[in-house]
Amino acid sequence: MIQIDEKGFYGKFGGAYIPEMLHPNIEELRENWEQIVASPDFQEEFQMLLRDFVGRPTPLYFASRLSEKHGAKIYLKREDLCHTGAHKVNNTVGQIILAKKLGKKRIIAETGAGQHGVATATVCALMGMDCTVYMGALDIQRQRPNVERMKILGAKVVPATSGSQTLKDATNEAMRQWINNPVDTHYIIGSVVGPHPYPEMVARFQSVISQEIKTQLLEKEGTPNPDIVIACVGGGSNAAGAFYHYYNVPQVRLVAAEAAGLGINSGKSAATTVLGTPGVLHGSKTLLMQTEDGQVVEPHSISAGLDYPGIGPVHAHLHDIGRAEFVAVEDEDAMKAGIELSRLEGIIPAIESAHAIHALNMIQYQKDDVIVINLSGRGDKDLETYIKWGGY
Amino acid sequence: MNRIDQLFQQKKQRVLSIYFTAGFPRLEDTLPIMEAIQAAGADIIEVGVPYSDPIADGPTIQESNMVALQNGMSLKKLFSQLEKMRETVQVPVILMGYLNPIIQFGIEDFCKKCQAVGVDGLILPDLPMQQYLDDYKEMFDQYGLRNTFLISPQTSAARIREIDEKSNGFIYMVSSHSITGAKADISGEQIEYFNRVKSMELKNPRLIGFGISDNSTFNTACTYSHGAIIGSAFIKTIKNSQNLSADIISYIRSVIQ
Repeated sequence: MIQIDEKGFYGKFGGAYIPEMLHPNIEELRENWEQIVASPDFQEEFQMLLRDFVGRPTPLYFASRLSEKHGAKIYLKREDLCHTGAHKVNNTVGQIILAKKLGKKRIIAETGAGQHGVATATVCALMGMDCTVYMGALDIQRQRPNVERMKILGAKVVPATSGSQTLKDATNEAMRQWINNPVDTHYIIGSVVGPHPYPEMVARFQSVISQEIKTQLLEKEGTPNPDIVIACVGGGSNAAGAFYHYYNVPQVRLVAAEAAGLGINSGKSAATTVLGTPGVLHGSKTLLMQTEDGQVVEPHSISAGLDYPGIGPVHAHLHDIGRAEFVAVEDEDAMKAGIELSRLEGIIPAIESAHAIHALNMIQYQKDDVIVINLSGRGDKDLETYIKWGGY
Repeated sequence: MNRIDQLFQQKKQRVLSIYFTAGFPRLEDTLPIMEAIQAAGADIIEVGVPYSDPIADGPTIQESNMVALQNGMSLKKLFSQLEKMRETVQVPVILMGYLNPIIQFGIEDFCKKCQAVGVDGLILPDLPMQQYLDDYKEMFDQYGLRNTFLISPQTSAARIREIDEKSNGFIYMVSSHSITGAKADISGEQIEYFNRVKSMELKNPRLIGFGISDNSTFNTACTYSHGAIIGSAFIKTIKNSQNLSADIISYIRSVIQ
C-alpha cells in the first residue's frame, strides 16, 4: 500500500524537518486540514470553484494521430485547459479555501517559472487576500511575463537574492518569511514537497486529476484503469495527482518523466532519482541532488518547472519500492516532443509536459495498450524558449 | 563532566555564547576566532557549519554561509581544523548547523568526530524533537553530546515543558518570531514572553538569542535568563576586520562590560 504514516512518512521519505519556530504553524495545519477538507462546507466551495472557475472536469482527449504514430491508444488529460494554463491552480484553490477557514489574512508562496505564483496570485485576487510571492532574482529576469501577470493580479513579487537565486532559494525565502509571520499568514506550497502535511495535502488537491481520469476512461474504454499513466516530475505535483488513485492498482504502470537537462552526466541535469541521494531539504527527507559534503546542487532543465534539486517524498518512495518507472528526458528530446504534439494534435504543450510526451519513446508497451499522458500545462508561457531553441 | 553542564553549574548569570560561521571570513580563521572569543571572556563558542540552504537564518548569516562554502569549508575540513582545539580552547564548544551535511557525513561518524575533537553539544535547528527522540538521541548520548532545542514566542507552555523534559544542555529562547538578525529593540511583547518562560522554572538553563547585538540588549536578555547568544552582530564585526583578534576582543568586552 502506498500510504502516508502517522508521522508523515512514505516509507523512508517525508517527515517534518522544520525549525521549532514553524512547529505551531505545521501543527495547526496537521491537526486541522483533513477535517476541514472533508467538511461539506469546504467541499461545496471547492467543487464549485473547480467547476466554474478552473473549468473542470478537464477533457480526457483521445489523441488519434499521436496514437497512430506510436502504436498505442493514447489519451491526453488536458490540464493545460485549466484556468491559468496548468494544473497548479487545483492546489491553490484548495489551499486558499483552507487558509480562509483557518482564519489567515495573508498568503505567501514561492515560485520558480512563475506558474505557481500566478495560480496563487489568481486565487488571492478571487478571495481578496493579501499575496506575496517569493521568486529567485534570476528567475524574475528570465520569466518577465509571469512576473507582470502576478502584479496585474495584485500580488507583490519579492526577489530572493540569496544562493543561486532560483526556485530553491525562493522556497527558502518563503519559509523564512513564514517564520517571521507565523500567526496571520498561510504558506501555499506549490508542489508535493515541504514538511508534512504539505506533500499529502497538495497531492490530495491534485488527485482530482486521476479521479476524473477513472470516470472518463470508464466511459471511453469500459474500464477505469489504463495500462500506463505518464507524467512529468519536478517536485511532482501533477504526477502525484495523476498517479494518486492508481497508487494501489498494481496493474496500472506509473511512469515518471524527469528532466535530464543536457544529459545525465553533463553536470547540467535535474534527474533527481538518478543523481540524487537521500537527504533533507525544505522540511522533508527525500532524494536530493547534493555534493558529497551535503550541499544542495543547482539543477538544470530547459523547463523551469522541472528545475528543482529534490523530488516530492512520495515519488522518492515510489522510486525506492519500484512502484513507478522513472525515465530521464533530455532538453532536446523534450523540445522535439513538444513540436511533435503541436504538429500532430494542434496542441503546443508546456515544456514540462513535453517531457512526458517523449517518455513514450523510452518505455516498452504493447500495441493496444491504453496510455494516459497527463498534459500538465500549455506552452504559451514557453514561447520564448521555443523561439530561442528554434528547431521547428 | 560535559563542559556545558559544568559551566551552568558554576555560572548562572550573564552567560555569553558567541556564534560564528566556520570558514568565514577566511577558510583558516576558525581556530584564531575561537581563541579570541575565549580570550575576550565569552563563555560558550558556537561554531556554525555552513549550509547552502539555511532556512532559519537572515541575510547576514546567509552570506557568511555562502562565503564559507566558497572558501571551501566542509565538515571534513572543519574537523581537521578542530583537531587540536583543546590544546588552547577550554570553554564549551557547540556545533550549530543544518541536518543535511551531517546526514551525508554519517551520523555516527559525525558524533565520533565530535567526541574525539572535544565538541560538547549540538544545535540543529531543522532537527525537530520527535525525530531527535526517534533516531538521534541515543547516539548523541552515547558520545556525550548535549542537544539544545529552540523555543519561540509561539511555542505553547505544554511544548516548552516537553522540550525541557526531553532535552539537555540549555534551552535556546528565540527572542521573537523571526529568523536570525538584529532588531532595533526588545519590545514589551518580548519581555512578556521572557517573563512567562522564566516563571515556568524549567530544569534547563535558558539563553536568549536572535536580535541580541550590544551591551543594552545583552543586559535586557540577562535580566530574564541565564544569558544570551550573539550571532549576526558578531558576524558583522568580523566581516571586514583587518585585525580579527583585536576587533573580537573589543567587541565582546563592549557587550559584557
